[in-house]
Amino acid sequence: MPKLNLNRVEMPRQDPIERGKNFNEVALGYSEEQAIEEASRCIQCPKRPCVDGCPVNVNIPEFIAALREGDMPEAVRALKGKNSLPGICGRVCPQETQCEEVCTLNKKEAPIAIGRLERYVADWERDHPEAVEAPNEDPQKPTGKRIAVVGSGPAGLTVAADLVKMGHSVTMFEALHVAGGVLMYGIPEFRLPKEIVQGEVHFVESLGAELILDSVIGKIDTVDELLGNGYDAVFLGTGAGLPMFMKIPGENLCGVYSSNEFLTRTNLMKAYLYPEYDTPLEMGKRVAVIGGGNVAMDSARCALRLGAREVYVIYRRSEAEMPARREEVENAMEEGIIFKFLTNPTGFLSDGRGWVTAMECIRMELGEPDDSGRRRPVPIPGSDFVIKVDTVVVALGTTPNPLIASTTTGLETTRWGTVVADESTGKTVKDRVWAGGDIVTGAATVISAMGAGKRAAADIDRFLKE
Amino acid sequence: MYQILSRQNLAPNIHQFEIAAPKIAKKARPGQFVILMVDEKGERIPLTIAGWDREKGSVTIVFNEVGTTTHKLADLQAGEAVFSFAGPLGVPAEIDNFGTVITVTVGYSVATIVPVINALKEAGNRVIDIMRAPTSDTIFGEERLGSITDRLVVVTGDASLDGSGFVLKPLEEILKSESVDRVITIGPVCVMRLVAATTRPYGVKTIASLNPIMVDGTGMCGCCRVTVGGETKFACVDGPEFDAHEVDWQSLMARRCTYASTEQTLARYRCLDCAQW
Repeated sequence: MPKLNLNRVEMPRQDPIERGKNFNEVALGYSEEQAIEEASRCIQCPKRPCVDGCPVNVNIPEFIAALREGDMPEAVRALKGKNSLPGICGRVCPQETQCEEVCTLNKKEAPIAIGRLERYVADWERDHPEAVEAPNEDPQKPTGKRIAVVGSGPAGLTVAADLVKMGHSVTMFEALHVAGGVLMYGIPEFRLPKEIVQGEVHFVESLGAELILDSVIGKIDTVDELLGNGYDAVFLGTGAGLPMFMKIPGENLCGVYSSNEFLTRTNLMKAYLYPEYDTPLEMGKRVAVIGGGNVAMDSARCALRLGAREVYVIYRRSEAEMPARREEVENAMEEGIIFKFLTNPTGFLSDGRGWVTAMECIRMELGEPDDSGRRRPVPIPGSDFVIKVDTVVVALGTTPNPLIASTTTGLETTRWGTVVADESTGKTVKDRVWAGGDIVTGAATVISAMGAGKRAAADIDRFLKE
Repeated sequence: MYQILSRQNLAPNIHQFEIAAPKIAKKARPGQFVILMVDEKGERIPLTIAGWDREKGSVTIVFNEVGTTTHKLADLQAGEAVFSFAGPLGVPAEIDNFGTVITVTVGYSVATIVPVINALKEAGNRVIDIMRAPTSDTIFGEERLGSITDRLVVVTGDASLDGSGFVLKPLEEILKSESVDRVITIGPVCVMRLVAATTRPYGVKTIASLNPIMVDGTGMCGCCRVTVGGETKFACVDGPEFDAHEVDWQSLMARRCTYASTEQTLARYRCLDCAQW
């Protein structure tokens, strides 16, 4: 047996100081040599734990083997057989808790950099559009069945791609003026270039899925109307778009944004290119981002790039409990974001004209573990203090937009507003309606939404062929 | 793309566009709005639906040319198209047989209130409209409002602080002289705020159709949040209609001015002692 190569190939990144001033992608991707070197470390173990570690069961060893041999078209085919959005997943999947975590080489703490290789293969295809023919699966005979997919984020795109490949007729309804959902409005350009998202949306359209923009389901048509107007099944993939606020004094002052507004202005509406684009973003110099997840990291890093001088991340627990990906926290720290742990905002102060000028906080300490298993933060009496800020971004999470649930008969929802659906099939309690992604789980990851989309597509197909 | 079927200049800087949007026309109800983008690089702005033709498949919007987006919109000609047009959004106006209803309209809301008045009349209400135009030369919509209401009061003149030429005077006179069951106001924030202050002592339920800044218009961003009865509401999905006596007008006025320059707010909002001054 050849000696194991435990030297994981690092991926080049933009210099931290330089990248803090632009919206270009931070991670630059492997070169061909780097990709082949990393792919060559894969031992092609017979157990293939990585495939089970992937929520959509990508044929990881196959695409890596083809890449190592330099057979790029085959690598693309192997990758896209299961995953229609590899350029996206290669960038934003938390591989460290999925495929790479279970990689056999992770026992030696040097898992194959599967995400980086996935990204390399996807980017190669984008640069060589003529090199790969359409997906290798045999085109299915049209079934004549019609499915309405509500939402064109990761779950909706996956369902749509899988169902058209199975021969069904699919229409995606998107509320906004562009498809992609959170991939467009939420995740910043420097982590996920929008051109890549649109490239993968176009791929799904090229398979035969129809996309209708500007269509707020629940308003222009209800789910019941879709079912009555010739759709045989409906998939709800409308995500978790309703921002949570803290309900503390001063939260409606000017300069206080939900992370959804802040990121939507920045990413979807391209406020960072104002005035070439018309949407402005009133950006201060001292910014506090409240929260400890990926969305907080994205907001903080956008604020820095939009010209803020000091950006604080305010988190009520300690560094160890942060839900953000480790990689994103490190990126933020490298770029100069200042973290204030064990700190909780209690109110916002006005400058007398309705603008936020400072934030009142209290220091916290960690007590006993709570329901989530993390130690519960408790305020330290008398530890109140004030931070001067002129912009605040509240990034405390999101829940599903109630629009669909409130306009659809017979759906079951939880007290968090999520739609109840079977975990293995996505089937809701309502006849002919499936759901998946953040609308079911609450805010989670792109790939888990895609996994839910895959399972739902399989079940919808089974139902329609019965 | 959504084609502009026809356009009309109602008054200086006030335009009416009829836009091809059959699905929205089919579903539109009084008091709802659309979100429009002029082009791919444009802002998303909310505009009240001022009318629709279900057979023709068209939706009418009326807007005031005030900023980047409305200037760009006003430059478009019939036959050209807007990039994005989504709706109908928001909760439709509450319509019932209330009895006597006063509607207070200023500026382009003279046109946008029409579907609400039509529905109120259909429900059996007696409707009195009080409308204002800056000058008698720039007045528009009075014939139409006169034909659909039971009584129309027209005032013209500057909205100066002494109250002459302002809608509050006739409003107060009517409130004093007869029993009124509801007041509905659509217009600039400062006008709606003063209407609310005027009706409060009379205990008449007053509804304002709010127009905060919006981005997505579907409940996603919270930019349009307003404080109503001490609670935060999203005007795009909980409104746009709210009880005018419960609205925190100071906060709404400040938030409306988020992207206005100081020069703009100085010139335009100082008159009415609004939150900014």
